[in-house]
Amino acid sequence: MKYKDYYGILGVERNADADGIKKAYRKLAHKYHPDVSKDPAGEEKFKEVAEAYETLKNPEKRAAYDQLGSHQPGQDFRPPPDWGNQFGDAQSSFDDIDLSDLLAGLAGGRHRAGRHGEKFPIPGQDYEVTAHITLEDAYCGTEVDLSLSVPEFDENGFMHRVPRTFKARIPKGATDGQRLRLPGKGGKGLNGGRDGDLYLNVALHPHTLFRVTGHDLYLDLPLAPWEAVLGGLIEVPTLGGPVNVKVPAGAHAGQKLRLAKRGLPRPHSGAGDLFAIVQIAVPTVVSEREQALYKQLADGSTFNPRGHFQRER
Amino acid sequence: MNSERADVLWLDEHHEVSFLELAESSGLSEAELRELVDYGALVPTNLRSVQWTFSGDCVFAMRTACRLRNDFELDPHALALALKFIVRIRELEAQLRDLRAQLPHRSA
Repeated sequence: MKYKDYYGILGVERNADADGIKKAYRKLAHKYHPDVSKDPAGEEKFKEVAEAYETLKNPEKRAAYDQLGSHQPGQDFRPPPDWGNQFGDAQSSFDDIDLSDLLAGLAGGRHRAGRHGEKFPIPGQDYEVTAHITLEDAYCGTEVDLSLSVPEFDENGFMHRVPRTFKARIPKGATDGQRLRLPGKGGKGLNGGRDGDLYLNVALHPHTLFRVTGHDLYLDLPLAPWEAVLGGLIEVPTLGGPVNVKVPAGAHAGQKLRLAKRGLPRPHSGAGDLFAIVQIAVPTVVSEREQALYKQLADGSTFNPRGHFQRER
Repeated sequence: MNSERADVLWLDEHHEVSFLELAESSGLSEAELRELVDYGALVPTNLRSVQWTFSGDCVFAMRTACRLRNDFELDPHALALALKFIVRIRELEAQLRDLRAQLPHRSA
């Protein structure tokens, strides 16, 4: 069993009082709680903090933890010989038990697991995971491999984590932030309690061409100056393959061309739109002939893009 | 290790959940959910009906509420306030995402 320094995680002395422990926890919870913090590593840090607080706020668990002695974080250790008699189960092996699971058992976990006394249904634990998928996968639907570490109880009523893997079909129509439920795929229920659910949060990887908002997509559409002036048929990529779009003559930068129903499919019917946003691209290197043609155009054109400056004077 | 295959259910505005289902899936008690409805932080799709139902996306919002209640030891009043701010933040983030999507990524 690996040692965890709960006092160190909360940044308090071993003799800190309950109020000091609560204050330290709250301060760290504000910093790392996944619903509050933007720190990508916040969730993992908060799990450590919450686990430490879960033990240290409870006098029974804290006393049991203190009796384990002080070790280096991550160091393999065994509880003192009399610890099992005093707090746990003398027959238990502590080899592959997580410290938090061992201490969780002290608050009635083993009894609730049904080893002793009455048995009543206990629902399995729910889990939330994020599935990162590509935009193309969201467009077509995809299958993701999920793996969880779920608690199971041994014959002594102690909790052990066991891996559980399965494939989940993400149907087409899911977009960034879509939530899905996989009933019964969380932790196993006990004594007839229902199995927990798995909640899936879909997150889309950024795409090199398309930007996503809901089921709509945005795409930059660079046009050469003459394409913008003259208009014409332009090939535009979409998730379903390239399509030809009629660009009107006189297209201007920032103009949105809507390609109806070329966005992501909606879950139940229809699809979002694809918006191609016109950009006027100018060549940075021109040949002598091109330069001559531009000069000829400049000399012959009456177009003044800054005419409104004069009108404002 | 064998992989199981799992079916998924959508949690969005097209799928409704019952009051009991919401309580069971969120971890909040029925009394807490009622209080959140009273404070306007949770809105049933059929407020005047005897048997409330909720939009499927309320499940995630109420699971967040349950986490906040547990982790910050919030009472229902503080929880309702936090939820209203969270909703506003989510709406503003969605608007920001929408506006950012419309900005060109590369300069022409």
